[in-house]
Amino acid sequence: MIKFLLNQTEHSVSDIDPNITLLDYLREHLHKKGSKEGCASGDCGACTVVLGESDGQTMRYKSINSCITLLASLHGKQLITVEDLKNDEQLHPVQQAMVDCHGSQCGFCTPGFVMSMFAYRKNTQTPTREGINEALGGNLCRCTGYRPIVEAAVQMFEPDAKDQFTETESVTSKKLNQIKLSDSEVALSALGRTFYSPATVTELSSLLINHPHARLIAGGTDLSLEFTQFLRNIDVLIYTGRAEGLDTVIETESQIDIGSAATYSKAKSLLVQYFPDLEELIERLGSRQIRNQGTIGGNVGNASPIGDMPPVLIALGAQLVLRKGDTTRTINVADYFLKYKVTSQQSSEFIERILIPKPKAQENFRVYKISKRMEDDISATCGAFNIEIENGLVKRVAIAYGGMAEIPKRAKHCEKALLNKDWSEHNIQVAMAELAKDFSPISDFRSSAEYRLLVSQNFLQRLFLELNSSHDTLRVSQYA
Amino acid sequence: MRKLPNVAQAGDTSKVKGLPGQSQKHESAHKHVSGEACYVDDQIAPANALHAYVGLSTVARGRVTLLDLAKVQTSEGVEAVLSLQDVPGHTDIGPVFPGDPLMVNQGQEVTFYGQVLFAVAARTHELARKAVKQAVVEYEVLPADVTIEQGLENNSFVRPSHTQQRGDTSSALKSAAHVLNGEMQIGGQEQMYLEGQASLCIPTEDGGMLVHTSTQNPTEGQKLVAEVLNIPMNKVSVDIRRMGGGFGGKETNANQWACIAALLAQKTQRAVKIRLARADDMLATGKRHHFLSRYDVGFSAEGRLEALNMELSGGCGISPDLSDAIVDRAMFHSDNAYFLPTAKIVGHRVKTNTVSNTAFRGFGGPQGMVAIENIIDNISRVVGKDPLDVRKLNFYTDEDNRNTTHYGQKIEQHIVPALVERLERTSNYRARRDAITKFNKTSPILKKGLALTPIKFGISFTVQHLNQAGALIHVYTDGSIQLNHGGTEMGQGLFTKVAQVVASEFQVDIDTIQCMPTRTDKVPNTSPTAASSGTDLNGMAARDAAQKIKTRMTEFAIKHFSLKEGEVRFANNQVFAGERSFSFAEFSQLAYTNRVSLSATGYYATPKIHYDRDKAQGRPFFYFANGAAVSEVLIDTLTGENKVLQVDICQDVGQSINPAIDIGQIEGAFIQGMGWMTTEELVWGEDGRLQTINPAAYKIPAIGDTPPTFNVELLPDSPNVEATIFHSKAVGEPPLMLGISVWSALRDAVASLADYKLSPSLDTPATPERILAACNDVRNRS
Ligand SMILES: Cc1cc2nc3c(=O)[nH]c(=O)nc-3n(C[C@H](O)[C@H](O)[C@H](O)COP(=O)(O)OP(=O)(O)OC[C@H]3O[C@@H](n4cnc5c(N)ncnc54)[C@H](O)[C@@H]3O)c2cc1C
Ligand code: FES
Ligand code: FES
Repeated sequence: MIKFLLNQTEHSVSDIDPNITLLDYLREHLHKKGSKEGCASGDCGACTVVLGESDGQTMRYKSINSCITLLASLHGKQLITVEDLKNDEQLHPVQQAMVDCHGSQCGFCTPGFVMSMFAYRKNTQTPTREGINEALGGNLCRCTGYRPIVEAAVQMFEPDAKDQFTETESVTSKKLNQIKLSDSEVALSALGRTFYSPATVTELSSLLINHPHARLIAGGTDLSLEFTQFLRNIDVLIYTGRAEGLDTVIETESQIDIGSAATYSKAKSLLVQYFPDLEELIERLGSRQIRNQGTIGGNVGNASPIGDMPPVLIALGAQLVLRKGDTTRTINVADYFLKYKVTSQQSSEFIERILIPKPKAQENFRVYKISKRMEDDISATCGAFNIEIENGLVKRVAIAYGGMAEIPKRAKHCEKALLNKDWSEHNIQVAMAELAKDFSPISDFRSSAEYRLLVSQNFLQRLFLELNSSHDTLRVSQYA
Repeated sequence: MRKLPNVAQAGDTSKVKGLPGQSQKHESAHKHVSGEACYVDDQIAPANALHAYVGLSTVARGRVTLLDLAKVQTSEGVEAVLSLQDVPGHTDIGPVFPGDPLMVNQGQEVTFYGQVLFAVAARTHELARKAVKQAVVEYEVLPADVTIEQGLENNSFVRPSHTQQRGDTSSALKSAAHVLNGEMQIGGQEQMYLEGQASLCIPTEDGGMLVHTSTQNPTEGQKLVAEVLNIPMNKVSVDIRRMGGGFGGKETNANQWACIAALLAQKTQRAVKIRLARADDMLATGKRHHFLSRYDVGFSAEGRLEALNMELSGGCGISPDLSDAIVDRAMFHSDNAYFLPTAKIVGHRVKTNTVSNTAFRGFGGPQGMVAIENIIDNISRVVGKDPLDVRKLNFYTDEDNRNTTHYGQKIEQHIVPALVERLERTSNYRARRDAITKFNKTSPILKKGLALTPIKFGISFTVQHLNQAGALIHVYTDGSIQLNHGGTEMGQGLFTKVAQVVASEFQVDIDTIQCMPTRTDKVPNTSPTAASSGTDLNGMAARDAAQKIKTRMTEFAIKHFSLKEGEVRFANNQVFAGERSFSFAEFSQLAYTNRVSLSATGYYATPKIHYDRDKAQGRPFFYFANGAAVSEVLIDTLTGENKVLQVDICQDVGQSINPAIDIGQIEGAFIQGMGWMTTEELVWGEDGRLQTINPAAYKIPAIGDTPPTFNVELLPDSPNVEATIFHSKAVGEPPLMLGISVWSALRDAVASLADYKLSPSLDTPATPERILAACNDVRNRS
């Protein structure tokens, strides 16, 4: 059985297809038609709903794409949909602001925007344009041109605006705690399919031993496309998101230790503290909804050649703690990827943690991502650079690219052209030429092979200029 | 006697809410934000309803040697399977010309990837989609033309080519100081309405059909459903309350899904709903035409156009659909705002084995416009002037009779020059130009660009008979009003504006007017809501209907109270009859009890327009809509990444009926046009399969793409000189073309690499990849 709060009402489900998405459940089973389907792939935001989670007393709210979230993953959470925002027939301040600012035209994107805005308002003291862009970058509107929505997202912060969710926060939190304490097994089974939602890592680990063919599901931002785009079913799913401790982000003396179930949203602040350049990358990785659900573990486990974190992790010399049953082993992230979508992970093994060494003082880290659109777009190429220069000499260098080969991998020739050499324009030119030996990328709808290589080479030039020059910025993304 | 409702008495003289000129909220705004606005797929279908889905072809061209649906039939939950032989009526649903088979059967030829082969109806949407996958289909694959060039090479056209000509371009080219020639690829565009195609068909008695469908063209849907079912049109009613966006993509492309659902509903005698998954929607429905433009242009030493030979080849896909009119409109706009002393514009309708392209906001106009703007920019680099100065030099003007288009329509009102002057001033164009030149001198990697581009867009359907509209208004005995007209609401605010018109006629609050779904059984024989004509046509028709009722009420009052002409007034939610005053409701009741009809139809046909296509001469447009935009951009010359920093727009909407809605249209259209020019790239494989079939691959602008500074001004004090509704001007399509300024600014930024001496060629969409290639090209050439 799965239990959650449907706004304020406890709601339990059992005996329903464990592969069903939250959006289908809302629309087809509960006949709540406010949340819309625009793509069923997490790209448009029309289906956005908000999950409330309790951390003991207070509530935290996050926007998610209901189209690629499985219903079964909702256990112990509060689900808020657009239907819940009105209070006593009064529009919620977020809704009122959208009306006042003429923020809707056809209205189809509007419920999704309203929910993303609601979450933004709940998590933010004062609005900024950058903050609004980040919070709403995963909501597409084809009608308005967004300007009135930005205006509404500012107006909704008017201080005297009342919000019933704040008033009921402690009650909600209590209700959620009660669900957590109830001892029935958390799983959903029907049609010969099962979704397990283990509460501990040990339990998760043994489930995987018992079900070697099971698929792990974390945020589901990638895996759910199996259901919604390819209409495939998965018989046994094991959810990582409820396993105690698997989503922690810990700082030790020498490393950053990230649980595989930690979302981007959760890991971001610590990562950015040590690697400021990751801020831009993470903010351009998917959308806020995706970052609220998607995990770094899933990004690695997915083994996609175009994932953005693998080149970063490789360049940073990160390691994975792989676990099978009670045994763990630690490998370099670079050694995880073998061939296209083939990894060195064994049957019943899973990624438990990701370990990133803390940077040394002389280390420079940069990551550059190219996509057609700045926000919420998949990389044509993504280059990560970790370089240590001492007295004009390159002491250490690690360069890795995504999108350039069938797996994310290091640019060995390129690195060699730089290592122990002068940090000079000339050597950068040599390294750029050498990069052509490292990769022979493919052409696809994102870009041609020629462009992939060319721009990947030019990254080195940008790197050189950025590390040497005093220019404010050399990137359009950071120009203000 | 039936009791009449209690109504408020006269005396409440508060200001009338929602009159024209007020920024009345969208009539559904409060329902949009609360999720209460109901779209086709949100309707709770009748019990027992089925869900339909379609099986699509997987080759661009080939003979279907096997279409085995046995496993589909037995797939879980399937209640009916439909293929071409099951269709009792017409099997071609081409809207103007034939060429669009409803489905392709075994033995027939598939002509594009994503063509419908068959359909199923099953218990759920999911089961229907899964069932479709069980089909066994085999093809004998045939060679396919995928690109415009291939089609041109094979002389493959969906309709005959057409020429508009003035003067002798060849001698003018010979005598011109400069001659340039070139070629440009102009990309297509996916409508990407957020709500995909959807229909719900419910069988009615007498073999009829009630069709709820997300369509811009209810009447055409009605006609085609009737034809495929082989029943008369009077047995089919089409109903559409609102669409989640249309943009032209639901003008003809909504029909097929309605027809298929209707056929399955007829077959099963159960309600049938269909909605396309995004990827199939993008695969199986038409887009904006991509174009290839080739030209020779002759111009003076100052940069004045003297001769233009232009060939505009539109990639139409497999069938005519609306391509004749679309390529015509591209040709009609190949002058944009510029006088062409001699011109020969040839338009080709190229046939390719790709989905048939269709209407999209601007309807060919944008492609014609960008083709000429490309030329103007190129000329500027040759003559060494700011492109804005070359634009100004070429504007239509009455001086020397430079005031007639190449198709013979006289420009009667020269709005563009003054509007551009104004925008040049308000946007601080010249000072910014200087600042940008300076910035580019010192910035090594990042470069800025600036451009001002104008638009002159012709308003009217170029197919003359479409320029008509109908309306139906009822006034009830409680004073509430029901408003029906033939226009459809897709977000553009049409219902709101027409309601404002009616509020104004009766001088009553807009809240007393209920906007009804568009239905073919309320208002028949309507034109599609397209060509920016919605308010112009339906506003006039609704006004006509309202005036009829008002006239009857007035005549009644004169008689009843023995008054003279002019002694009856509608004002402040009241009716004044001589010394007496009534609330509108009271007076409606009085009129009713005295047997006055409170219901009327209205009608409107656009005057003054005519066009002789054989001669390519006439006055196809009732008037022109004008505007201009200044865009400032930043590019990275190492990667081609870019950003729009500031946009200033001035648009002429005549006397605005609703400034907020008009500004919303302008902003939205601009961003859509910007997307068309930059990130929105359709990519087909050599096999003719569209590869960009979801929003993960096809990138429309997101919120961060909206420029941080975005100023929109409605040109003040500019009532339409034509007698349009409240002297307003159409606004739906024209501002889309303002997005061209972004592309022009990007080229300007690239041109800075060669000190503005070279004109970079930059096909659209200008993706980072194309921008980087342009940078490198300019670097290599300089
Ligand atoms: C709209 C959208 C935009 C996106 N944008 C980007 C982007 O810009 N950059 C990018 O890199 N990605 C992007 N993605 C892809 C995806 O969101 C990320 O890869 C994300 O990190 C996946 O994490 P998840 O937790 O959702 O994984 P899931 O979908 O839950 O799982 C993905 C895969 O990893 C496996 N897995 C999960 N956890 C583990 C584990 N602990 N051990 C071993 N295997 C595991 C699963 O079995 C599955 O095969 C996008 C996706 C969407 C839908
Ligand atoms: S439906 Fe588009 S993101 Fe969910
Ligand atoms: S209002 Fe139509 S998509 Fe946003």
